[in-house]
Amino acid sequence: MRGLHQEFLIYLLMSLVIKNLTANIGDQQILKGVNLEVPKGEVHAIMGKNGSGKSTLAKIMAGHPDYTVTGGEVLMDGENLFDMEEPDERARAGLFLAFQYPMEIPGVTIANFIRAAVQARLPEGEELEATDYYANLYAKMDALKIPRAFTSRSVNEGFSGGEKKRCEILQMAMLEPKYAVLDETDSGLDIDALKIVSDGVNALRSPDRGFLVITHYQRLLNYIVPDKVHVMVDGRIVMTGDKDLALELEARGYDWVTEGELATA
Amino acid sequence: MPALEETEKPDLNLDRSVGDFSYDVQYQYDAGVGLTEATIDYICDVKNDPDWIREFRKDGLRKFLEKPMPTHWASHDLDNIVFDNIRYYLSQGTQPKRSWDDVPEEMKQTFERLGIPEQERKFLAGVEAQFDSEAAYSNIKAAVGEQGVIFVGSTEGLHKHPEIFRKWFGKVIPTGDNKFSALNSAVFSGGSFIYVPPGVKVKHPLQAYFRINAESFGQFERTLIIADEGSEVMYMEGCTAPKFETSTLHSAVVELVALKGAKIQYVTVQNWSPNVFNLVTKRGLAHEEAEIKWIDCNIGSRLTMKYPGVIMKGRKARGEVISIALASDGQHQDTGAKMIHAADETTSNIVSKSISIGSGIATYRGLVDIPPHRKGCKNNTECDALLINTHSRTDTYPAVVVRGNQNATQHEASVSKVSAEQIFYMQQRGLSEGEAMSLAVNGFVNDLVREFPMEYSVELKRLIDLEMEGSVG
Ligand SMILES: Nc1ncnc2c1ncn2[C@@H]1O[C@H](COP(=O)(O)OP(=O)(O)O)[C@@H](O)[C@H]1O
Ligand SMILES: [Mg+2]
Repeated sequence: MRGLHQEFLIYLLMSLVIKNLTANIGDQQILKGVNLEVPKGEVHAIMGKNGSGKSTLAKIMAGHPDYTVTGGEVLMDGENLFDMEEPDERARAGLFLAFQYPMEIPGVTIANFIRAAVQARLPEGEELEATDYYANLYAKMDALKIPRAFTSRSVNEGFSGGEKKRCEILQMAMLEPKYAVLDETDSGLDIDALKIVSDGVNALRSPDRGFLVITHYQRLLNYIVPDKVHVMVDGRIVMTGDKDLALELEARGYDWVTEGELATA
Repeated sequence: MPALEETEKPDLNLDRSVGDFSYDVQYQYDAGVGLTEATIDYICDVKNDPDWIREFRKDGLRKFLEKPMPTHWASHDLDNIVFDNIRYYLSQGTQPKRSWDDVPEEMKQTFERLGIPEQERKFLAGVEAQFDSEAAYSNIKAAVGEQGVIFVGSTEGLHKHPEIFRKWFGKVIPTGDNKFSALNSAVFSGGSFIYVPPGVKVKHPLQAYFRINAESFGQFERTLIIADEGSEVMYMEGCTAPKFETSTLHSAVVELVALKGAKIQYVTVQNWSPNVFNLVTKRGLAHEEAEIKWIDCNIGSRLTMKYPGVIMKGRKARGEVISIALASDGQHQDTGAKMIHAADETTSNIVSKSISIGSGIATYRGLVDIPPHRKGCKNNTECDALLINTHSRTDTYPAVVVRGNQNATQHEASVSKVSAEQIFYMQQRGLSEGEAMSLAVNGFVNDLVREFPMEYSVELKRLIDLEMEGSVG
């Protein structure tokens, strides 16, 4: 018994665990009991139709103020995310969300924005060394094939869809989160951009980091090969499988899952 | 333990505002409370004013009493100023010191806490530091003085340089321009008098710092800057006051004269505490091919009414107003610009950015006047407002009066909000709500901040950060 308990504890301290999560927007229930576990070092995909609740799940974990959590919890390496009131506390604790629709921040340059975010993670009184910061930033921009000139452009302002997504990955690379949730990072990308972004994500895969990749196209998963695929329907995870599940979904459509679910119900 | 007895407000906002402290000073000269002819005689006697100034002041008092409050267009809050409760003159004597060592200890301490002597050493050509009604310190670097540049207080200006002073004093802004210019004319004290001889380009800025220390006090500095033909000068002013229970009045008059081909840049970074009524009249007269540029940053105060103007009197004169106003909870910034095109081929440019937070109100009020017979005049006006949370309000009254068709005006206005989604996005990157707000606001004013001298843009950014951190939670 004791051995099992310890094993469970270690497991808990090394993963992102979503337990019976239910949530509303207004009176409308959107998440209806989500259960999911992403161990460190793994990449899990969530697939599902538009409107199934994927972005809602991502935003709730990050602490978006519009949603009310009505039940359940999310444990990040054993720490309950909902004990952290503000989105920035969760972010500094190691959670990163690549947004489906990244926001524009007029007048704030990418270099200054990321710098402020990196600075926010340093202990009180410690100043970020500018030369080190820029060396790091440029190296990561080069890897993502983001032109240097972007450093002085305002965050996401006038960016193409692909540029926005690359810029999200750049931020992730700079902030080195424990867990990253990528929400439809493939949408709006042509095949070249998709490869660059996927390479960027793959370069960050590590035994110390977990990924939750949200998409409704199987295509992305050819490049970022997941350890597991979960299917979300109407605010619940209804099916879990390996990477081949994505191919099957692509071939048979989401209705196959819903019918299957009805059949087993 | 500090050597001096100081009254610090035991207020959570203490650290947010560098200027929120005051010293108990025993004033040698105190005109008492309220404003009558006797108050004016008292001031004249202390300052040893010549007769024409005594007469000028009394005319000011008459006009002040006659003129109505301009409440119909800015704010009924002006009605809450109790003129009888204000002290109109407080000083330790009228002679500013040339060395910081000679400045009375509490005043010296004040300016040291505000970083003035340090700035002087680092990057200024001259400094005047006013404490309540009079300058405590006034000095110009020897090299600049040797070029014939005069930089003294208004009192010294009128005593020692009457031939230049009297020629221009009260000529750009007549006493009766408005109720508060009349009030200033009646009780003015302090402020700077600057004269730059023909062709002299003052490399480093001259700076004045206006400090209010006393409660229930009115500060009425009067500044006159004359840039002779082909000369150039940059003047910067900073202002602070501690936070008192009662309201404080700051009502300055600033007149600029740029003779043929001269350039004047006037930079203001004010950070008034939220009990200050800041009612200031600023105007410049630009002769042929001269250029006057107001760079104005208004942070703090309870109510600010300020519309820097340029009268372009000579052909090809240029006028510019770059302004940033930040209205926090409970504050009203009523600011703008006046451009009077009184000659052909004159050009004016107005860029105004305002930020309203919480119940703060920022209003842009502009006037661009180009009479029908003028030719080749141009004006460009841009007003951008940023609203932070739904209670904030912004109004734009960009009166553009163009009565001819041989001139060009261009006007753009925008209103934007810092949305909850933007804040969430920034918070998701690890920035606190306050940091996120600061970043958004700094981004909004970024292109204008670049117009400020470097030292001031750093200061400005810091003030915005403090203000935004104070505005959340
Ligand atoms: N702000 C909102 N207000 C009202 N309904 C919302 C809001 N956000 C999401 N929803 C609803 O929640 C459901 C799930 O949306 P979402 O999580 O964005 O789905 P997905 O990302 O899977 O496409 C949808 O029915 C959507 O209409
Ligand atoms: Mg979505």
